[in-house]
Parts: sequence; structure tokens; C-alpha cells
Amino acid sequence: MTHFEEPILKVRELSKKFGDGCDSCNSLIEGSLDRNYCPVCGTIHACQKISFDLYRGEILGIVGESGSGKSTLVRCLYFDQEATAGNAYIKDYSDGQENIFSVTSQKKRYIRDHIFGMVYQNPYLSLKMRFTSLSNVAEKLIAAGNRNVGKMLDRGHQLFDHVNLEGFRRKDAPATFSGGMQQRVQIAKALSNNPPILLLDEVTTGLDLSVQANVLDLIKELQRELEISMIVVSHDLSVIRMLADRTIVMLNGKVIEHGLTDQILEDPQHPYTQQLVHSLL
Amino acid sequence: MSIILKIEDLSKSFTLHNLDRHIKACNNISLAVKQGEFVGITGKSGSGKSTILKSIYRTYLPEQGSIWYNSLKFGLINLSEASERQIIYLRKYEIGYVSQFLKVMPRTTAREIVEDAVLEMGHDSEVAMQETVKILSHFELDQELWDSYPATFSGGEKLRLNVAHAMIKRPRLLLLDEPTASLDSYNKQKVKVLIEQLKNEGTTMLGIFHDIEFMGGLCDREFNMHQGVIDN
Ligand SMILES: Nc1ncnc2c1ncn2[C@@H]1O[C@H](COP(=O)(O)OP(=O)(O)OP(=O)(O)O)[C@@H](O)[C@H]1O
Ligand SMILES: Nc1ncnc2c1ncn2[C@@H]1O[C@H](COP(=O)(O)OP(=O)(O)OP(=O)(O)O)[C@@H](O)[C@H]1O
Ligand SMILES: [Mg+2]
Ligand SMILES: [Mg+2]
Ligand SMILES: [Zn+2]
Repeated sequence: MTHFEEPILKVRELSKKFGDGCDSCNSLIEGSLDRNYCPVCGTIHACQKISFDLYRGEILGIVGESGSGKSTLVRCLYFDQEATAGNAYIKDYSDGQENIFSVTSQKKRYIRDHIFGMVYQNPYLSLKMRFTSLSNVAEKLIAAGNRNVGKMLDRGHQLFDHVNLEGFRRKDAPATFSGGMQQRVQIAKALSNNPPILLLDEVTTGLDLSVQANVLDLIKELQRELEISMIVVSHDLSVIRMLADRTIVMLNGKVIEHGLTDQILEDPQHPYTQQLVHSLL
Repeated sequence: MSIILKIEDLSKSFTLHNLDRHIKACNNISLAVKQGEFVGITGKSGSGKSTILKSIYRTYLPEQGSIWYNSLKFGLINLSEASERQIIYLRKYEIGYVSQFLKVMPRTTAREIVEDAVLEMGHDSEVAMQETVKILSHFELDQELWDSYPATFSGGEKLRLNVAHAMIKRPRLLLLDEPTASLDSYNKQKVKVLIEQLKNEGTTMLGIFHDIEFMGGLCDREFNMHQGVIDN
């Protein structure tokens, strides 16, 4: 009865290390939470055996301090980084039968273009700053095999309607936009091919508070309208509180706690989570 | 009548690591609620009343004991061990919680908040609109407020919206955590009327009221909490 619904994404024991590792690295992985690097060989164990499920239409929050491995985690899923070990399965890709980390690079490109949408903290990572906003979106549509210019233009306007980017700015280059507008273009681009899963990495970090609120509103609205599944990464618990149904807390490359977001906020179990919650009040 | 909720030996404490404190909130609580019953919980501040409701709703993680709930979807299920997704399902379709505080959703108007609650249960938008108008009118929420964002509402307006939001779903089990606190007597009366109506419709309710006399006659039974235990 526990499995009354099937996850859209299953991640199992995902690990990522930067460095070759050594014998004492093993004890580090099973052992302490104090750090994520091996004092013997210097390898960084950015993600250590991370497992979780994502369900259709939900927002999963991932919170943790700087360096805890949040970005590495979503970057491995989006194949920006190569996972060192572990598996991930996507219901909408080969019906969840194939481990996406071990498919061909051609299939990985397909997954990037159709299954995942990615929004980075730094818009420079996904946008061509000197191209028009519309051609930024078109790039993603073309990658998915679209060729009809008229249709792509329509889709572009539809996407910019979704993210509330004013009509008269759509032919401008993101280089001329404010941070909040650049994030809107990034979100529109990520949504281009109707991906079932959106990955958002610190999308409001560094923006002014009022702009932050606007972008958060937009994300919530998109989730309500499109019923898309999202993984929202943030070091800021107030972002998670606003958006996430369920939350995972990371520390030094490990998951230390997970739960319903209201439970994580009102009854945090781990000392680190308690500290995080108290600093919010 | 069959039992819809049965709490067995529930205990909950909080360990505050950074303050080096351990707080016992409730101890060895056992109680059963029959389908359609309205059970009241009373007791002094800090006696553990909210802890019981929040443990049922899983805002708090129960540490000992079982909370058996007879679900339409899952059958008999122990809420203290159910999966996060099962709890989310139950919150959506079967178990409601009214607290003093409204979780204000960004860029969502009062009307949308209430409509969404109906929609997420699978009703069509026509029904959602009609029901929403009905309940917002019942609580006499100023029409001008219907299409504005509750972030700017007064405490009483927020509370009325909150109660409307929880009640419109007609949950099978409704947990009420002082739903009338900070309301004036006129609005308290409004809540009471709705509770009575829900009761007549067969909703099971477990509610905390510091002025339980006000519920006069509606409550089938009362428990009194004292320092974390039931004392009657
Ligand atoms: N390309 C890389 N090469 C070497 N080490 C890296 C690389 N990327 C990340 N790391 C290390 O991996 C660890 C996790 O980094 P990551 O960027 O995932 O953290 P984060 O939780 O996203 O932090 P922040 O909140 O600051 O964004 C850190 O110790 C970081 O220094
Ligand atoms: N989230 C929490 N973290 C730490 N301690 C808590 C938490 N919630 C409740 N407590 C403690 O547990 C005890 C019982 O609290 P609870 O909120 O259940 O009381 P109550 O009977 O509802 O009181 P009131 O009438 O004031 O609402 C109190 O000592 C309280 O400080
Ligand atoms: Mg990061
Ligand atoms: Mg209370
Ligand atoms: Zn090593």
C-alpha cells in the first residue's frame, strides 16, 4: 500500500566525487558529517549515496549550506557533471527501465532537451546573452527537432506570456535585462519543450527581495498551471518554505533529513536543521 | 458507529539540540473518535493540545505510539508511519486542519485559494466557483477582498478565510486548533454555525477550544489535557 503512486523520478545512491579517492575515502563516506573532503588524498565527495523520489506535480525542496552538494546533485541529473556512481530512472523515459546515467550520449541529449528543464542561478550558463530572447527559446525548440519558424515564434510568445515578459522586450537581448528578467527568460527557455521535470538551482539568489518574490510567485503559478514536477535547490529555507511540498536537507554531501516541508520547519530533527530553522525566525 | 481515529499510547517530546533542552509535550495519550463525532479538547496553555493535533496531521513527527486512521483510500493506516506522499494525499482529500494561521500563498487571491481547494479534490470549476461564493458570503468576507491577496488581510479576515478554506473541502476528519481564537463573538457564531452544519453532514471533528462552553451542546465529548496527559 505504500506504493499507491509511482514516482516520476527515482534517484538511488547517487554519488559524485571530485578526485580519484583512496582507501581512507571509504571510511569518510560511511563516517562523519563534519566535512566532504578526504584529508588523506584531498578528494571531494560532493554527493554521497543520495536517494530520493520525485512525484508528478510536486515541488521537492533541497536545502543545505554552501558546499553541501546541492548544485552537484542537480547537475549530475542534467548531465552537466558525470555521476561517479548510482542510478536514476525517469518514468517518462523508457518507462523508468533504463538507468539514465548509463545511456548513450545521444540519449542523454534527448533527456536534456525533452525531459528536464534547467534553470541556473547564473543565467549566463544557459542564455546566449547577445541573442534576442526569442532566439534563445528557439535554440531549445530547434534542439528538440522543431523547424517551422512561425510555430516557434508562436511558442516563444506563449512562453513569454507564461513568464510575464513584456511583448516589447522579447526581441531584446538578455544582456540588456535586469536579473529578474533574465531569470524569466531562462525559465521560459527551460519550459520550451514542455519538460515533465524542471530543475531550479538557486534561481532567486542574488536578486533584490521584491524581484525574488516575483520570481517565486511565477514558479508557484507555473506549477499550479502546468502541473510540472520541480526540484528547487536553495540554501535559503524561506524559499523552500514558500515553494516545496516536501524537503530534503543536505549537509556535506549527505542527506541528513527529509520530510513534509511544514514538518521540517516545525519539528526539525537534526541539530543542523534545527539551527537552519532557528536562523529563519 | 465505527471508529475513525484511534490514538494509542502517543508520546511526543522535542529535543532542541542547540539549546540542550528536552521538552515533553504529551505522554501516553490514548483516545478514540467515532465517525461523525465532535470531540473537544480543553486544557491550559502548554498542556499539549496542539501537539496531539499536529501529530495526527504529521506537522509533528510522533515519536512513540500509533495513530490509526480509517481511510477511504488506504483502509486502516497508521499516520505516524505513513509515507510522506500518503500524508499529502490524505491532507488533500480526507483530513483537514484549521489553525489560527493561514499559510498565505503567493500571488493567489482569497477566491483562488478557496477555489483551488475545491478543484484539487477533482470537482469542476463551475462547482468550485459556486461553492466558493457560498462560503465566502457565509463568512461575510468583504466582497472587495475576494480578489485581493490575503497577505494584506487583518488577522480576523485571514482566519475566516482559513476556516473557509479548510471547511469547504468537507474533509472526513477535521482538526480544529482554536478556530475561533481572536474572532469577535459575531464571527465566532459564524464558525459555530458552520461547525454545526458540518456535523449534521457527518464530518468527524476533533477540536481545541479554550472557551468550549461556546460550542455549547455541539460537542459530544470533551477531554481535558493537563501537563501532557489526559486527566479525566
Ligand atoms: N567542478 C568542481 N571541481 C571540484 N570541486 C567541485 C566542483 N564543483 C563542486 N565542487 C565541490 O563540491 C562540493 C559541493 O559543491 P556544490 O556546488 O554542489 O555545493 P552547493 O550545495 O550547491 O553550494 P552553494 O549553496 O554554495 O551553491 C563543494 O565542496 C565544492 O567545492
Ligand atoms: N515545535 C515545537 N518545538 C519545541 N517545543 C514545542 C513545539 N511545539 C510545542 N512545544 C512544547 O510542547 C509543549 C506543549 O505545547 P502545545 O503547543 O501542544 O500546547 P497547547 O496545549 O496547544 O498550548 P496553547 O493553548 O498555548 O496553544 C509546550 O511546552 C511547548 O513549548
Ligand atoms: Mg549551488
Ligand atoms: Mg495550542
Ligand atoms: Zn581519500
